[in-house]
Amino acid sequence: MKMQIDRRHVQNFDWLLLGLVLLASLIGVITIFSATRPLTGSAHHSSFYIKQLAWMFIGLIAMGAVVKIDYRQFGRAAGIFYAIGILLLVFVLGMGKMGLGAQRWISIGGISFQPSEVFRLAYIIMLARYLSFLKPPIGVRDFLKMLPLLALLPFGLLVKQPDLGTATTMGMVFLFLCIARGMSKKLITALLIFGLVSGPFLFDIIWHGFLKGYQRDRIVAFMDPQADPAGIGYNITQSKIAIGSGMVLGKGYMKGTQGPLRFLPENHTDFIFSGFAEEWGFAGCLVLLAIYLAFLLRALDTARHAKDDFGALLALGLTFMFAFYIFFNIGMAMGMLPVVGIPLPFMSYGGTAVFSNYIAVGLLINIRLRRFELFY
Amino acid sequence: MSHDRNAAKVAAVVIILAFFVSVVRLWQLQVIDGRDMRKASEGNRFKVIDIYPPRGIIYDRNGVPLVKNAPSFNVSVTPRMLRKGDLEQIAALLSLSPEDVLQKIQAAAGSLEPVTLKEGLDFNELAQVESRLSDFPALHVDVNIVRDYICKDVASQLIGYIGRINSQEEEDPEYNDVPKGEPVGQWGIERLYDQQLRGVPGKKLIEVDATGREIKVMGEVPPKKGKDITLALDINVQMAAEKKFTSKAGAFVAIDPNTGEILAFMSKPSFDPNAFVNGISAAEWKQLAGDPEHPMLDRVFQSQYPPGSTFKIITAIAALESGAIKPTDKLNGPATFVLGGHVFHDWKKGGHGMLDIKHAIIQSCDTFFYQVGLKTGIDEIAKYARAFGLGRKVKLGLGYEASGLVPDTAWKERVYKCPWYPGDTVSASIGQSYVLVTPLQMARLVGSVGSGGKFMPRLSFLKMKPGQQPELDPVGLPVSSDTINLVRAALQGVVNEPDGTAYRSRSSLVQFSGKTGTAQTVDGGKRYDSWFVGYAPSDNPGIAFAVMAEQTPEEGASAAAPVAKAAVEAYMEEKEGKLAPGALLNGVSSPSLANAAGAAAKIVNGAPASGLGANAVRAGGRQ
Repeated sequence: MKMQIDRRHVQNFDWLLLGLVLLASLIGVITIFSATRPLTGSAHHSSFYIKQLAWMFIGLIAMGAVVKIDYRQFGRAAGIFYAIGILLLVFVLGMGKMGLGAQRWISIGGISFQPSEVFRLAYIIMLARYLSFLKPPIGVRDFLKMLPLLALLPFGLLVKQPDLGTATTMGMVFLFLCIARGMSKKLITALLIFGLVSGPFLFDIIWHGFLKGYQRDRIVAFMDPQADPAGIGYNITQSKIAIGSGMVLGKGYMKGTQGPLRFLPENHTDFIFSGFAEEWGFAGCLVLLAIYLAFLLRALDTARHAKDDFGALLALGLTFMFAFYIFFNIGMAMGMLPVVGIPLPFMSYGGTAVFSNYIAVGLLINIRLRRFELFY
Repeated sequence: MSHDRNAAKVAAVVIILAFFVSVVRLWQLQVIDGRDMRKASEGNRFKVIDIYPPRGIIYDRNGVPLVKNAPSFNVSVTPRMLRKGDLEQIAALLSLSPEDVLQKIQAAAGSLEPVTLKEGLDFNELAQVESRLSDFPALHVDVNIVRDYICKDVASQLIGYIGRINSQEEEDPEYNDVPKGEPVGQWGIERLYDQQLRGVPGKKLIEVDATGREIKVMGEVPPKKGKDITLALDINVQMAAEKKFTSKAGAFVAIDPNTGEILAFMSKPSFDPNAFVNGISAAEWKQLAGDPEHPMLDRVFQSQYPPGSTFKIITAIAALESGAIKPTDKLNGPATFVLGGHVFHDWKKGGHGMLDIKHAIIQSCDTFFYQVGLKTGIDEIAKYARAFGLGRKVKLGLGYEASGLVPDTAWKERVYKCPWYPGDTVSASIGQSYVLVTPLQMARLVGSVGSGGKFMPRLSFLKMKPGQQPELDPVGLPVSSDTINLVRAALQGVVNEPDGTAYRSRSSLVQFSGKTGTAQTVDGGKRYDSWFVGYAPSDNPGIAFAVMAEQTPEEGASAAAPVAKAAVEAYMEEKEGKLAPGALLNGVSSPSLANAAGAAAKIVNGAPASGLGANAVRAGGRQ
């Protein structure tokens, strides 16, 4: 196969989307740089920001590769991806059982990655592919057929891990995509009745059966941060202090104190927004939110113009995922939502997340790129 | 097909809504609450710590330190930084039970400040904690300066102790400028001179990280050390008495009769004030407070006893001054004296024969004084007893003081609603029945005799500077010098003449004077409390003393007098330069304490990485 660059591909390439992503990523890197700076001049600056840059570079290469291949090829291979994804989840669970360390990571030759970060892409591709074959609206029978393999199995594995963040996000994507595809009145009625009747039981089962102690604590702490100011409630309180203390114009770059003095833990990962808000203030936050808003609207526009149902559903699913991540993460930092360990896309430190997000962006660009192409 | 496209439109609306909700929330946090949040973040970062000033040192009159300031190491923990399993390991490290640790942490619930787990670590514990500090981010070691009572239980009632301000003191304006948590004097000299000893607290503005560890000092007002105090106390005299004192309970007090300075102040049993330094435990306190011998009681001025034969000094003076007897008059001193059908015994079975008043004192003849007392009358005796300071408080300022009791006819009618009987006078003239005195009152009384009739209205704990006058001038007593000289000659004879009751305790080093006494107390059974009061040297006394030994098997001469002899000899040896200041304290102040403190200081300076830093010797109170 000859490597060649199609002129139309350069013209139709979504430079705007890529630009917005790179902007958010670079803002992330400078925020990580500030958040992880040492307290005293002589100490060594931790290399988180360099690692993040390296992962961005690797992500860009992967993105290029993804753009090159027609997204429908991914659709055709959805089953294989999905099977591999599920196997990875089972594998990581098994490793944890055997006492080989944390259940969220797999280490191969010194590089560790989070299988759930890979799984979420395979899941959305699979879901989009499956739904694109269903004739809308989705009936009760269709829904019941999907339920075991496309919902119960993956969510069960994720909660068991436990990766509450990914589980919640994928659950929402599942629901949103079903709604987007259109549901029959019967199905809607059935779901509503089921929800009302089983809601309390379901809550009980999830609360006591699935959630671990610290996960329950987080939710309790969210409901009342003052009840436990030294525990998880402390994170929420300190995060709000960090954001609020930025005031209108911020404390200035590298002048934030909440993170470097360790009042705010995880300030370069899940709580990176707080560190950014402390240094750049309301003005900076408006710019950042505008970047994310533009990114999401652009991605939705891609869904609207996709050539086929699979492309539209895939773009929608990915956008739902990003939107959920972005607003849940920011809402969590601002004390509006419980802390469930959802990173801020492109900004939070984390190699696998950057890699997987860049591939997702690659898929979005891919769909937009091929919107005028004829089917063969 | 169009369904998916419409969904994109709906999703766009939802996303824009989420965007605006986020912006509104940001507006609320950063613009509306921004100022408060900024303050909260500064409050996180900056902390004002009180630096407790080192207290003044308390010296004895020759410059021997009686108390020191030593570094003390406390372990505290920041509850929020505790990880799973840390609590149990930390508890084991400090040899505390996990329940105790948990209880302490829960008691401080809601506070983000470190919670103190253990105070006053010894050297081994400190080394262990230091070596594990990096394993537990929640753990801190703080250094405080605490009192090291090097004299331990010697003179502890006098020196006293310090403790955290109690709720009552918090209200007291005297403690307005004392930071919460700073220990203040609670008893003894520490309490009485707290204002001088306390010093002025300093403040330090520091930047801290989330664990409370210090990052940077932003500003500092150094504390001012408290003023040192030089006591009138002579620790050698005190120690000589302490060493010789063998009874379970009792007191020894010595003053300079010319200045009113207090030279020794011993009450037995006593306690070790070091127990109070890091806060006394409930169990220790219960033991101290519940001890049947009352170690917290200062018997020098808080206990009153019948003076016994030492009271004959007063009876003699009253008799001579009132003309009831002349110095040359001789009376028979038989074995018994009968009055109104009641038989009063003499201590000596065969009696004393014919003798004058001087020899009646020397031999402590009871029957002689029965007769003389009756002739003089109780009201006349009481007049002189009061002139010599009996029956009223000395007013030391140390808290509760016993005033003693000088009975007379009016007193008995007022209190018992019945007349004073001649038999009462018989008993009172040898210091029995209603008469009560404190050892401190007796030391001052006998000192007044020794110094030729000078009475010190105010006694002083502090050493007087050369040439300094007593706060209140000595009062001339309404007693003729002939009378005083006769009594002085008699008291000299008590110790130095073969028929004197304390002849066996005479000293080859110095000629001293004194009077023995045995107070019989009916206290659920007979009990003998032995007295010896006196002064040295006999001709020009520089020290006057009183010894009280409770519940001795023997009489005063053999139980109490040797204690006075030892103290007087130490006093003279020191005066002649044969005894170095503080020499007798050796062996009490253990050198191991000083070594531990030195080693600890090395750890402080040698391990800045552990968070102790160069300015580690800071006092702990966090605000």
